[in-house]
Amino acid sequence: MTRNLLTLASALALLATPAAADTLKIGMITTLSGPGAGLGIDIRDGFALAVEHAGGKLGGQDTQVIEADDQQKPDVAVGLANRMVERDRVQVVTGVVWSNLALAMLPTLAGGQTFFISPNAGPSQLAGAQCNPYFFNAAYQNDQIHEAVGKHVQDEGFKKVYLMAPNYPAGKDGLAGFKRYYKGEVAGEVYTQVGQLDYAAELAQLKAAAPDAVYVFYPGGMGINFIKQYEQAGLKGAVPLFGPGFSFDQDILAAVGESALGVKNSAQWSPDLDNAANKKFVADFKAKYGRIPSMYAAQGYDTALLIDTAVKAVDGNLKDKDKLRAALASAKLQSLRGEVAFNTNHYPIHNIYLREVVKGADGAVTNKTVATVFTNHADAYVKDCPMK
Amino acid sequence: MDALLLVEQGLNGLQLGVMLFLMAAGLTLVFGIMDLINLAHGTFYMVGAYLTAALVPVLDSFPLALAAAVLLTALLGLVVEAVALRTLYRRDHLDQVLATFGLILFFNELVKIVFGPVPIFLNPPAALAGTVDLFGLKYPAFRLAILAVGLAVAVFLWLLIARTRVGMLIRAGATNREMVMALGVDVRLLFGLVFALGCGLAGLAGAMAGPVLAVQVGMGEQILILTFVVIVIGGIGSIRGALAGALLVGMVDTLGRALLPAAFRLVMDAANASAAGAALASMAIYVLMAVVLAIKPKGLFPAH
Repeated sequence: MTRNLLTLASALALLATPAAADTLKIGMITTLSGPGAGLGIDIRDGFALAVEHAGGKLGGQDTQVIEADDQQKPDVAVGLANRMVERDRVQVVTGVVWSNLALAMLPTLAGGQTFFISPNAGPSQLAGAQCNPYFFNAAYQNDQIHEAVGKHVQDEGFKKVYLMAPNYPAGKDGLAGFKRYYKGEVAGEVYTQVGQLDYAAELAQLKAAAPDAVYVFYPGGMGINFIKQYEQAGLKGAVPLFGPGFSFDQDILAAVGESALGVKNSAQWSPDLDNAANKKFVADFKAKYGRIPSMYAAQGYDTALLIDTAVKAVDGNLKDKDKLRAALASAKLQSLRGEVAFNTNHYPIHNIYLREVVKGADGAVTNKTVATVFTNHADAYVKDCPMK
Repeated sequence: MDALLLVEQGLNGLQLGVMLFLMAAGLTLVFGIMDLINLAHGTFYMVGAYLTAALVPVLDSFPLALAAAVLLTALLGLVVEAVALRTLYRRDHLDQVLATFGLILFFNELVKIVFGPVPIFLNPPAALAGTVDLFGLKYPAFRLAILAVGLAVAVFLWLLIARTRVGMLIRAGATNREMVMALGVDVRLLFGLVFALGCGLAGLAGAMAGPVLAVQVGMGEQILILTFVVIVIGGIGSIRGALAGALLVGMVDTLGRALLPAAFRLVMDAANASAAGAALASMAIYVLMAVVLAIKPKGLFPAH
């Protein structure tokens, strides 16, 4: 009898435990080694700073972030996604940098009813026909960034633009996005090998085509190679260079220095955006990590803010997936770039800014906002998404 | 396409070839003489670039930083050879591949810890940052410098190998290692020197490539594959082969990228021509390798 009473008492005690004691477990699967590591490390660090600002409790819940390195390899990423679902039982997975990895991981995560919030990769597939109830993007749809420069170049009256990108899906999407708003003549459209080192041959052809502007999409190391060689070929002063923010962000600027000065590029965020949250973020990031944050770091931070907002909205009840999904989808995110809303395909509706590479007051090369190209801009694929 | 553009593309091909030669010369020496497959050759290229980038602000001179970086990379090679590789000479190639692959991972992490994960800054010295006017052709000055350094190294290696005692031993070692050992040559010392020389050359390649390319973790692996193609085409162990192979690969790669899309445009529309040209150009050097190996299975200038 005593024993039964004890059992009953402990059962009651369990029932009495408030739902708010759930620990929020987040899987941070990102690229921490290899040539792409700079991006993943910035996302991770930006995210960690947001958790720290929230006192270790996103949405008021004890937050545990489990890190894993996907090595920029789809197979490794899928294995890690499986581990996060089966063993670590996380409620949310984030961190993904690359579109091809996001596409590979989604079936595993959605199958395991785990929310997948991308802090960077925004492939057109997942915005359109393959949009998914478990997939969210806190950053942008890939094309949006390219569209902004296309519009700017069109508005500036350039008539003959030379286009270059790596020969892979994101490269083709990028130039397609640019051409969605640029209507002038295309002097040349060149696709180079992914990871190409030497651009001398392409630059000679470019010079011979005599364009009045050049648009390039070269993220990471390819961007560094290209920008250095563009200047050394004497083209920098002669033909204006444009690109998406990925080709001229902090990870690249640190390596090319003044070679990129004056280049106009586009992004949904800039270190100088004038709002209190952003100023605090930039100052604290610099103080903690000793470098200027990149757009990837800001996206990591915004992703954490989105989780924070949604978990707060459901009062920490992480078990009810439908409620959590509704909270994520309807979040009015107070991000580092002002208020961001989400479309029916779970991609952001937000402003895209034009930035210029400048030398800051402290001598560091960085980006400065010069114009707002799009206000509350939705992506081009949402009409193909069956979610309403 | 006009003649001037063709000349420029030829120069580009020559310059890429010379760059590859700097890498290939060291790799082929080590492979041919020590019978060691050194996957970590690219690591020394990376170390050379990082040391140059780190030393330029300290020494305030690109040539001085370059010289110091090359020496330090060669020294590092000497240490790595003594500590890690000496025990591997008698093991089979697979063990060597595993061990030197381990070295790649070790040094990549080490560089990341010391210099951070983000690519670091290195630009050409101010005097070579612009372009030079070559009979109406504006050509990047630093690329001409790469060309000059590469050709100087080729001459230096030829003198070293053809005209000195050490060179004689190297040639003998490449041709018949057992006989050289039997004659009482201190093979241990010879191997150490050859390895350090190879590493110094890789460091020089890295230092010269740094201002043109991204100085980042993993940069060595990107160029290593091309380098292996070069020495296989040229004939393993042969410096002459490395030079011929490098120039051939540089030319075929550059002219392929320059001419193939234009050639395809004659028979199809621009978008498809660009895609098909790019795809074929990226295969061109491997097709070249296959053709060379079909005709001369030991490469153009076999050492053995």
